Amino acid sequence: MSASERVGGQVANYVDERTGAAKWLKKNLTKVFPDHWSFMLGEIALYSFIILLLSGVFLTFWFDPSQREVLYEGTYQPLSGLKMSAAYVSTLHISFDIRGGLLMRQIHHWAALLFMTAIVAHLLRVFFTGAYRKPREFNWIIGVGLLTLGIVEGFLGYSLPDDLLSGTGIRIAEAIIQAMPVIGSYLAFFAFGGAFPGDTFIPRIFTVHVLLLPGIFLALITVHLMLVWYQKHTQYPGPGRTEKNVVGYPLMPIYMAKAGGFFFIVFGVIALLSALASINPIWLYGPYTPGQISAGSQPDWYMGWLDGLVRMAPPIETHAFGHTISWNILVPGLIVPGILFTGMALYPFIESWFTGDKREHQLLDRPRNAPNRTALGAMSLTFIIITILNGGNDIIATHFSLTINQIMWFSRIGIFLLPPLAYVITKRLCLSLQRADRDLVEHGRETGRLMMTAEGEFIEVHEPISKEKAWMLTQHEQLTALEHVTEDEHGIRNPKTMGGKLRARLSRADAEQIQKPGGDSHKEIDSY
Amino acid sequence: MSHELEPITDPGLPDHVHRAADTDPVAEKRAERQVAILFALSAIGTILFIASYIYIPTTEFIFLPVLGSTNAHELFLGLGLGLSLLFIGLGAVHWAKTLMPDNEIIAERHVMRSEDVDRKGFVDTVKEGAAASGLGRRSLIKRSLGLSLGLSALTPLLFLRDLGPLPKKQLETTNWKTGTRLVTDPGDRAIKASDLEVGAVAQVLPQLLTGEERTLSNIGKDAVLLIRLRPEEFELSPERLSWTYEGIIAFSKICSHMGCAVALYEQQTKHLLCPCHQSTFDVPRAAKVIFGPSARPLPQLAITVDSEGYLIAQKPFSEPVGPSFWERSS
Ligand code: HEM
Ligand code: FES
Repeated sequence: MSASERVGGQVANYVDERTGAAKWLKKNLTKVFPDHWSFMLGEIALYSFIILLLSGVFLTFWFDPSQREVLYEGTYQPLSGLKMSAAYVSTLHISFDIRGGLLMRQIHHWAALLFMTAIVAHLLRVFFTGAYRKPREFNWIIGVGLLTLGIVEGFLGYSLPDDLLSGTGIRIAEAIIQAMPVIGSYLAFFAFGGAFPGDTFIPRIFTVHVLLLPGIFLALITVHLMLVWYQKHTQYPGPGRTEKNVVGYPLMPIYMAKAGGFFFIVFGVIALLSALASINPIWLYGPYTPGQISAGSQPDWYMGWLDGLVRMAPPIETHAFGHTISWNILVPGLIVPGILFTGMALYPFIESWFTGDKREHQLLDRPRNAPNRTALGAMSLTFIIITILNGGNDIIATHFSLTINQIMWFSRIGIFLLPPLAYVITKRLCLSLQRADRDLVEHGRETGRLMMTAEGEFIEVHEPISKEKAWMLTQHEQLTALEHVTEDEHGIRNPKTMGGKLRARLSRADAEQIQKPGGDSHKEIDSY
Repeated sequence: MSHELEPITDPGLPDHVHRAADTDPVAEKRAERQVAILFALSAIGTILFIASYIYIPTTEFIFLPVLGSTNAHELFLGLGLGLSLLFIGLGAVHWAKTLMPDNEIIAERHVMRSEDVDRKGFVDTVKEGAAASGLGRRSLIKRSLGLSLGLSALTPLLFLRDLGPLPKKQLETTNWKTGTRLVTDPGDRAIKASDLEVGAVAQVLPQLLTGEERTLSNIGKDAVLLIRLRPEEFELSPERLSWTYEGIIAFSKICSHMGCAVALYEQQTKHLLCPCHQSTFDVPRAAKVIFGPSARPLPQLAITVDSEGYLIAQKPFSEPVGPSFWERSS
């Protein structure tokens, strides 16, 4: 036994006698994780969060969350002698006087963008593969919560430097609060300690940004990961993979090395990006004052959809009985986002309601094999993309020499027409992909070699595909519409009600697909 | 040839394919060297980081294609850090991929649901506990507990009350009063009609009385834009026309949509444009909304001149400025 082995053994013994950790670790160090590139998206989000914690703590050492008005006399000459808030001055100080300060600010901001991008990509992966189905509904809801909080956290973060761009964002947030019926003005005055902008919101959002929300993030992420651990990861279908097993590599050593290494890769890429690509150069915008604005201002991308919705809202307000309701703010600012996020959070339950499927699912769906879900996803994405495009309408207008008027009308009409269109097209696309799969199984692969038949016709030689491939293409379940199976057992007690009809329709839409080959369908296979 | 398609069954996990490094000692050595090189590159990155920290002055700027003028200190610090981290990661992943065992393992899953006995045991425990506490029987305790818990939930509301004052009339009023002089922003100089040429725009604020301070919250509702047109260009009601002075018309600069500063004036079209959501206001027609999401014109400030010829407000704004709110009555 070498010396280091002996010391290690002693430490391990000491800890285990007091915690009994060996038993748990023995079992869990060899835990199996399935491998797929798309499983790294959630990992990227996690690592970006850790990078945000590290870089954020660095920034707090110099950032001064105060709206005290000071005269700037620092290193950045163009702003010299201007009145501004202490928060803005300290951000200039971090950017120009602290060694590595600008780099760290850019790391923090790039990590925030990557964090949001990875969360969204991860969410899309989970959605399109059906990973949110039983038993993983809780994790889906936690994920939607993390996305929502991430948007808020990022927005508060870039509001902290108190520059002209971010102050404008805060102004708009205040207007949304103020527009709420009955309580709006009160809420706004409480949030801002009086009339906008006041001098309390920077200290307040600072506490929320560095303490409250990161605390909630940590709690939610912990539960999220514990559930992944305990429920085990889903896996893509394939030979040898079933609903009852999990096929992959053990945590120790291969996953530890890969995941640990991947953290460094993500950090390294963010650091390189932050070294090379400037982001949020607040000294160019100037300090915030409500009487001015920087033209062509754009929020971070994850706020763009909200901005786009607000921009396309028709100018409608109701004035009645001495009160005002601003639909032009409430609908795009609160009602539509509320519906979107609630619908997203509840989707696993809605789906299981109309499919009647209450079973556990460990194998992921190939998106084409769930045409209805894939089409619904494409529909929602189309909606969001239109809003994001409209959020950048001024930029698009100048780049493509269009007028803002054209883009707005495109968005106002498109937001109703294009999502359903995307639904129909995606569904057709999925079905033709299914048909192609079926052809492949039934007729084999085209080889490109030609052969002449006895009649003198040329025919391309087909080659049967491998057993593994054939299994891959046919392992999925064939869905059946609810009403066709067991109307009563599945609890459509009264299919005449609105809910019952809706459910039957959705269920029928969900079951629409190509009959898969093999099994009992006894098709002929021709392999010339 | 054609034959029946057999039922397709799961062929099971494919055989494990060995990597070069698993069987060939030369390939193994090569992989080992590659990992070591990657780690060494990381060390070089760290050295670059330290060297930039020490030797590059923070005031040094260099010009890079595409990126423009960049602070050299921060640039090389970042490059050093990035390479240092990136190559640790690449080394570890390469090591895992080429040299660590890559046999796929099959593990069983278990259903999440507890065994029936455990579920029953749990229910029994809860029932016993509830019975032991007597919560079901002692309705007096249950009700009083409910009442006290409910009441105590009110305390946070009171704790939060001092977050801010009540709005009172603050959203409805500004600091423009009858006779308030218009002063330039920035500069705080009183202005005369002759200071403004036809086609010109100016941002003004109400003149401060001695001892008054200009806060951002004041600017947030007091900011006003002056625009000078030729008087015949107006298409205003007689009343609104009487609010202008020699072609000078004054509007609140705070957007009637969500409160951004309406800062862009297009001389040719005589349109005011808010860059936030592109609400567009037609100046000659009392800032009527002609495009965008705002539902109301910008409030117009009635102006005239005092005995010395300086521009003043005839009277306060006749409606609240800025975004809408519930208590707004028009
Ligand atoms: C999900 C987590 C987080 C997100 C999405 C996020 C996002 C942001 C963003 C976008 C900025 C603006 C940066 C800029 O361009 O200047 C910012 C600023 C800031 N953040 Fe965070 N952040 C997160 C977590 C944290 C944590 C955990 C801390 C500290 C413990 C922190 C401390 C700060 C500070 C002090 C600033 C202002 C300093 C400055 O802007 O120079 N952040 N944050
Ligand atoms: S704030 Fe002016 S258009 Fe929205």
